[in-house]
Amino acid sequence: MSLLLDAPLALVAIAVAIRAVAGGDAFARVAAFMAYGLVLGFIWVRLAAPDVALTEIAVGGGITGLVLLQAAGDARFSRERGVGLLYHVCAAILALGVFAALAAVVLLLPEPAPSLAPQVATNLPATDLGNPVTGVLIVFRALDTLLETVVLLVALIGVWSLSPDPLWRGRPAPLWPAPPSGALDFLARVVVPVGVLVGIYLFWAGADVPGGAFQGGAVLAAMALLAIMAGLMPAPALGGRRLRLALLAGPFAFLGVGIAGWFVADAFLDYPDGITKPLIIAVEVAITASIAVALALLVLGPPAGRKA
Amino acid sequence: MTLALNIFTLLVVAAGLLFFIVGTVGLLRLPDALARLHALTKADNIGLGLVVLGLLPQAVALWGVLAAAKMVGIWLLLQVSSGAVSQLMAEVAYRAAQRKDSEGGAAP
Amino acid sequence: MSTPTVMGLLGAALSAIGIYGLMVGRDALARLLAFNLLGGGVFLVFGVVARRGAGAGFGADPVPQALVITGIVVAFSATALAVALLRRLAELREKARAPRPAPEGEA
Repeated sequence: MSLLLDAPLALVAIAVAIRAVAGGDAFARVAAFMAYGLVLGFIWVRLAAPDVALTEIAVGGGITGLVLLQAAGDARFSRERGVGLLYHVCAAILALGVFAALAAVVLLLPEPAPSLAPQVATNLPATDLGNPVTGVLIVFRALDTLLETVVLLVALIGVWSLSPDPLWRGRPAPLWPAPPSGALDFLARVVVPVGVLVGIYLFWAGADVPGGAFQGGAVLAAMALLAIMAGLMPAPALGGRRLRLALLAGPFAFLGVGIAGWFVADAFLDYPDGITKPLIIAVEVAITASIAVALALLVLGPPAGRKA
Repeated sequence: MTLALNIFTLLVVAAGLLFFIVGTVGLLRLPDALARLHALTKADNIGLGLVVLGLLPQAVALWGVLAAAKMVGIWLLLQVSSGAVSQLMAEVAYRAAQRKDSEGGAAP
Repeated sequence: MSTPTVMGLLGAALSAIGIYGLMVGRDALARLLAFNLLGGGVFLVFGVVARRGAGAGFGADPVPQALVITGIVVAFSATALAVALLRRLAELREKARAPRPAPEGEA
């Protein structure tokens, strides 16, 4: 019975994956990739991982797709190299080898499966969180999440560094060279307020049910991008003080609480008893803001215009 | 009562899925972008509307009225976004077709 | 076949498609897309490990799930940086192809 649901999902995933790497129109390939993100989202639901499903659809398919669409519309791709038949055969053999190895790993996974779920269940009550994935992200593996917010920041600095020095504090180029459109304006005016609410809800509800800082931040970033695209709001000047504060709030709040952990609790990134929940919320608010701003700015790209 | 509601869910969701199938067939078979958009928006609006309607009693029974209200909210959001987005796509398709026409007329 | 097994094999297949596309991709966009497909496949294998580790009232082991969420966001960062580089390269190529306007414009 479950195969009846899983097999079509798997086949569709493989079909859109092949379409995404096969040749042809750049837009069609990126559209196939966005469909791939959506199908993977459904598959994550089948694997009982709704938090990952939300992230995959919002970040993996949606925002990544938006960035790739820009590349498809903007950059002219030249077929830079025609590879020989021998090379194709070698690549195919390597790909088959990877498939065989991973398939063997999947089929020969140890029984009973190793799991950290019991440890998480034992320690989760101390955090006052109901969603174990949020617990792992913010408390048990906080170092990973801290470094991840730093990775976002480093990637953003990398993107910005592609523009010449005089533009460094300027505004990014418009997302879409489209003429003003009544439909887009209407969409932005109706959806942005609702979407901002949904983003905040996703973040807030993430403490106890699927959701969290990444999913909420992605929705908030998408709403900002929609408002900018519709012309309701100008693209921000990248030298703005408030913007940069918002970018740094997450990593530094995390780092501050982490270092304070050395003195008032037992270790780096340890939360002191009693005020665990308020501290977690404070850190989460800061990283949600930083993630939202960083995601939106990564999509907007390097500064292109003069400071206005 | 539960049996009646279950039958209601089955019938209405099946009807919704039928709209999705018709819409997908239209997407694959219709000749031009505008007609394909037309087929797609019908599937979105009525298809998802019926699926949501069919699932409402189940949601109320399992998670309460609030969950049902969320599903209605999702449908309303989709109404707005699918309507506006298909309008945008139609604008692009129309302009592209016009450009092709004018180019074809200019060429000898 | 159980859901985790099917999805694990799917993850292996998607990784293989990603590797093949990464090697034979004819333009930069193809390779970038293939890189993301590969990531999706590897994450899926991770997800299968998480699903098999279900227990203690959780549908799946939360630790690998959190790692995958982190991974998805990091993969996005890398993709965004790659796209910015590609667009800059295209811009430079266009500039190189265009006739030079005036010698004093050059630094």
